[in-house]
Amino acid sequence: MSLWYAFWDALPFEMLHWDFMKNALLALLCMAPLFGLLSTMIVTGRMSFFSDALGHSAFTGIAIGAICGLASPTWAAVLFSVAFSLLFSWVRSRSNQAADTIIGVFSSSAVALGIFAATLGGGSFTKYNQYLIGDILSVTPGEIGALALTLLAVLIFWGLYANRLTLTAIHPQLASSRGIPVGLAQTLFACAIAVVVTLSISSVGLLILNSLLVLPAAAARNVAKNLQQYHSLSVLFALAAGIAGLTISYYFGCSAGAAISLILAFIFALTFCMRKGRR
Amino acid sequence: MRLQKHGGSCGNSCCLRVENLSVHIGGEAILENVNLHLHCGEMAAIIGPNGAGKSTFLKAILGQREYEGVIAFSEPGQRSKKPRIGYVPQSPAFDPSDPVSVSDLFACCMAKRPAFFGLSRAMKQTVLECLERVHGESLIDKRVGTLSGGELQRVLLALALEPLPNILILDEPLSGVDVEGMTVLMDMLDEIRKTYDLSILMTTHDFSMLPRYADKVFLIDRGLKAKGDPQTVLNSPEFYQSFHMKGGRV
Repeated sequence: MSLWYAFWDALPFEMLHWDFMKNALLALLCMAPLFGLLSTMIVTGRMSFFSDALGHSAFTGIAIGAICGLASPTWAAVLFSVAFSLLFSWVRSRSNQAADTIIGVFSSSAVALGIFAATLGGGSFTKYNQYLIGDILSVTPGEIGALALTLLAVLIFWGLYANRLTLTAIHPQLASSRGIPVGLAQTLFACAIAVVVTLSISSVGLLILNSLLVLPAAAARNVAKNLQQYHSLSVLFALAAGIAGLTISYYFGCSAGAAISLILAFIFALTFCMRKGRR
Repeated sequence: MRLQKHGGSCGNSCCLRVENLSVHIGGEAILENVNLHLHCGEMAAIIGPNGAGKSTFLKAILGQREYEGVIAFSEPGQRSKKPRIGYVPQSPAFDPSDPVSVSDLFACCMAKRPAFFGLSRAMKQTVLECLERVHGESLIDKRVGTLSGGELQRVLLALALEPLPNILILDEPLSGVDVEGMTVLMDMLDEIRKTYDLSILMTTHDFSMLPRYADKVFLIDRGLKAKGDPQTVLNSPEFYQSFHMKGGRV
């Protein structure tokens, strides 16, 4: 970290002379590729409602962790989210109801449980506001380390399973006929989303977290002709919006997460207008 | 032009055997006691009204649906084994907005290197060779969602032929394909089964192609109601009963 701090101190960027800004930038450089990569598969596999539900379950995990007396409830939230996604995958594979109905059942139950746990015994909900809005400027070196490790794990996972995940997302039956264990691939991916969502919730906030998991790929999809362009543009959009959003939040004093989401929405609008010539 | 049939190099001795196949979902019998044999080099069509269990039958063979009974494949001098299946899904299941090119689709199915890194030179050559089998080399860089019905079927067919399967299964390959495209596709399937000596099993609602191309027709309506050559099945009382027709010839 000291090298990172010294590097920015040597450059004439006033914004990055503050330690909290250097931390925030490093956290974003870890988070943006994660969001960019995961969003490609979330959008292709039509899982945006599911990733939103996972955000809610992460909040519930934090509330449960807090009432259990954990100083840092993040890891309780990771465990809860992973358990949530495993239980969801299990129920979905055994129910004949539509996936969005099952997600709705899980999502609303998770929110209800989270609010119940947070307000149990007359407790105040105010202390949980930070998880709703998020504050990347208060990210700690420990949290950055966890994000960096997650990025490394997701990159390895992507290198090994991206083809199988893509085929599963675009045509599960075709994937299954080629010997891909579709259920296992979907479950592993759901667990990866659960970990990333939970580790990012305090920085980005529950309310806009899902926009970062949907918008980069949605924008890339407007103009990409193949998977190479799709993945590259999605990661590029997430990185560009992350850095621009952080800069805007510094100079305008607004939430970085909200600024990043708005920039991504703007990129989506821009690429939407460029769609005509894609064929 | 009807191409001549032949039994293949194994003399029809390799065979897909389906014995006493039953599928129950939620206590309801979707299929009961289906028995059929399909030899290599043969093309068979599965017909039946909507909801008769055709898709369930294919899913059972693909291993995507639990079943009772036996599905086995045997080759001369070898013990029964699970057959290697090439599957051509029903084409509308692809999302036209997916940014997936034809080469991406092949890479996802065949390559170890992630498809988003692009194709290696060797893999590109392999993909071109696969597409050549269906006269589709020019489609390699097109997005899957922009292909016409006939083009998509050819691409999926090329994919299903790599690695070369024992049985090629096609789910409604003629739906969404125009008349000219149907003839091209059926001629290609006829050529493929002879060249590679493999069995072809397809579901279809288009009966006009059956007398010209199919060796066998299986009429499924919650069970196997009729089997035999196309003329026999299409003129059977079971056929008229299943499709609620009063009579007449097809």
